[in-house]
Amino acid sequence: MAAVAPVPPRLGVVAWLRANLFSGWFNTILTLLALFLLVRALPPLFDWGVAHAVWGAAGPEACKEASGACWAMIYEKYRLILFGRYPYAEQWRPLLGLVLLVGMIAASCNHNAWGLRLAQAWVVALAAWLALMWGGFAGLTFVPNNLWGGLPLTLILTVIGLAVAFPLSIFLALGRRSPRMPAIRLLCRLYIELIRGVPLISLLFMASFMLPLFLPAGVSIDEVLRAQVAIILFSAAYLAEAVRGGLQAIPRGQYEAAHALGLSYWQARRKIILPQAITVAIPSIVNIFIGLFKDTSLVAIVSLTDLLLAMRQAIADPEWRRFFVEGYIFIAVIYFVVCFFMSKYSQYLETQFRSGQQR
Amino acid sequence: MVASATPAPTAIWRNRRFRLALYQAVALLLVVGAGAYFVSNALANLEERSIRTGFGFLGREAGFRIGESVIPYDASNSYGRAYLVGILNTLRVSLLGIVLATGIGVLVGMARLSSNWLIVRLASLYVETVRNVPLLLQLFFWYTVITGLLPSVRQAAQLLPGVYLSKSGLMFPAPVPHPGHPYMAAAFVIGCGLAWGYRVWARRRQEATGQVPKLLLPSLGLIFGLPLLVWLASGAPTALDVPVFTRFSFRGGNSITPEFLSLLAGLVLYTAAFIAENVRGGIQAVPRGQSEAAAALGLRRGTALRLVILPQALRIVIPPTTSQYLNLAKNSSLAVAIGYPDLVAVTNTSLNQNGQAIECISIMMGIYLTISLSISVVMNVYDRYVALVER
Repeated sequence: MAAVAPVPPRLGVVAWLRANLFSGWFNTILTLLALFLLVRALPPLFDWGVAHAVWGAAGPEACKEASGACWAMIYEKYRLILFGRYPYAEQWRPLLGLVLLVGMIAASCNHNAWGLRLAQAWVVALAAWLALMWGGFAGLTFVPNNLWGGLPLTLILTVIGLAVAFPLSIFLALGRRSPRMPAIRLLCRLYIELIRGVPLISLLFMASFMLPLFLPAGVSIDEVLRAQVAIILFSAAYLAEAVRGGLQAIPRGQYEAAHALGLSYWQARRKIILPQAITVAIPSIVNIFIGLFKDTSLVAIVSLTDLLLAMRQAIADPEWRRFFVEGYIFIAVIYFVVCFFMSKYSQYLETQFRSGQQR
Repeated sequence: MVASATPAPTAIWRNRRFRLALYQAVALLLVVGAGAYFVSNALANLEERSIRTGFGFLGREAGFRIGESVIPYDASNSYGRAYLVGILNTLRVSLLGIVLATGIGVLVGMARLSSNWLIVRLASLYVETVRNVPLLLQLFFWYTVITGLLPSVRQAAQLLPGVYLSKSGLMFPAPVPHPGHPYMAAAFVIGCGLAWGYRVWARRRQEATGQVPKLLLPSLGLIFGLPLLVWLASGAPTALDVPVFTRFSFRGGNSITPEFLSLLAGLVLYTAAFIAENVRGGIQAVPRGQSEAAAALGLRRGTALRLVILPQALRIVIPPTTSQYLNLAKNSSLAVAIGYPDLVAVTNTSLNQNGQAIECISIMMGIYLTISLSISVVMNVYDRYVALVER
């Protein structure tokens, strides 16, 4: 698409239809075919999802009689789906944690606010979130993390995973491009390529079956932490490649200028190179964020009750089992909203930074 | 300060080369040390739990059954063979998935660039929805739909004569084995080779004389005509093994299990959405001047697309599409969640049975690395083939 298009002339309805739907015999056939499919599919879909659906509180019997969707199942089970096996009376704690997280994300959306203060605020917020989830102080009952579940678990695995993996990935990327240390270069490269060559499932398997063997007798780490380790190791390799892409986009003159100013290796990286490289890499970094958020659903395979597994446990109830489609739609919408928001935000950032570079 | 005649020897730790060597040595030592620590822990733990070590188990009897296999396999076969079954199942779904996802992805990518408003909207709706929902969720969804909503075997839906869809998968007719079939396969391979040779000859001729020999029809004739001739020569065997419903289940014909079907559907639809985005981006990245110049040279739209736009777009599309192929192969590991016996599922069963987690998982990772590397190598060769030859 042309970047500087002239203002399009205003078309009348008929002219618009001719230009966009019926230009030529091929487009006409396509349009008619698509319209036919839509007419066949949309009304039944509307009947199922809205008109004949059962809304609000209702028993499974009412759903069986209705011909539409059973949203009553969601009404009945939403706390189980959203919070998993977290003690029912204490579920205000994960909810408060979610509110805290949403607040932090909202505060971080303005990219002018990025900086050390915000990073410190994130560390405090994450610590507060985890403390709230665990409890065991100030009258809050202790909730071991094998009871954590649902959306909070999915988000914890994602956010903590990224928070730890991102700094790690910067060192990996710098190591892989280290000009004078071939051994470091080799180690970083081996790590990145090994991790990127195998599926996340195999790392989760490794974390849940092999990690306990590697620790000295008597030391054991719980399942959530094991999965978290696998997710960190996995995403660090992918993030490192994104950061490396950013580093490669920095002109050589920037390195030389930093050197000429007498900056040391780390000073140059911290003040000159990395800020530019990470800015360039932001679109691919956000794509990795999105991928990781979706990939945390894989922990369901090693039996962690994340959003996906919590939903599957909710529909395992024999009374509601037949309404599984509604359950899948419910969590698909949650995943969709988060991912869609992130990808739109990444596009917005891209235009912001691009306009910043134009002088 | 007075400069001394001989510069004072700097302390060795201020020597830059020494320090670089020291850092690297420390890093290597740390890695090796951590590795040794883990190994010694593992050996102690394994001894304590009296688990055997080594790869000797590969030759022992596996003792578990596998739902579907392309090679003969039963529970009395060895672990090694069980692994082979898993690998072949992974490869089968990956290769078929790559082919189908490429086809659908290219179509959808073109659809997003169509001048038809409705088609663009529909294609975008598909791409945005599928890309933003986890693959595992989609796989579970397809699997539950196939096993939960489709009719039971007794009331299998007949899609075409002889093709049935039901809870237990897709049943379709297969040709009865005939001695002519291997020859037909050979004729197909020879036909492909001849078509390629013809293409090379046609290009030479075009360069030498300027005439453009017809390419499409002779190639199709070679590729499909030769097997057809062999088929006629071997007496035109038309016997089909059609699935027939007998008492409780279908007999005869060929079938695809619901696990394979839902895995394939999920993988293909998911990856196709990403490939569609690559295709769209690639075509949009070719400057508009190129198609205008092609039009100014008098090329027709189709010819311009084939000779000018696509070769340039392909260069941009291939690298990201390679990583989508790699993702598809790696994502096929989610099969374990819906019970398709792929490499991960076989590994999981083996390690639960014999407890040799380290060996089993290492084999699995090694195989995935090999698959990933092979795809990268093949796609790099192709990438070099279409790359820009700069002066």
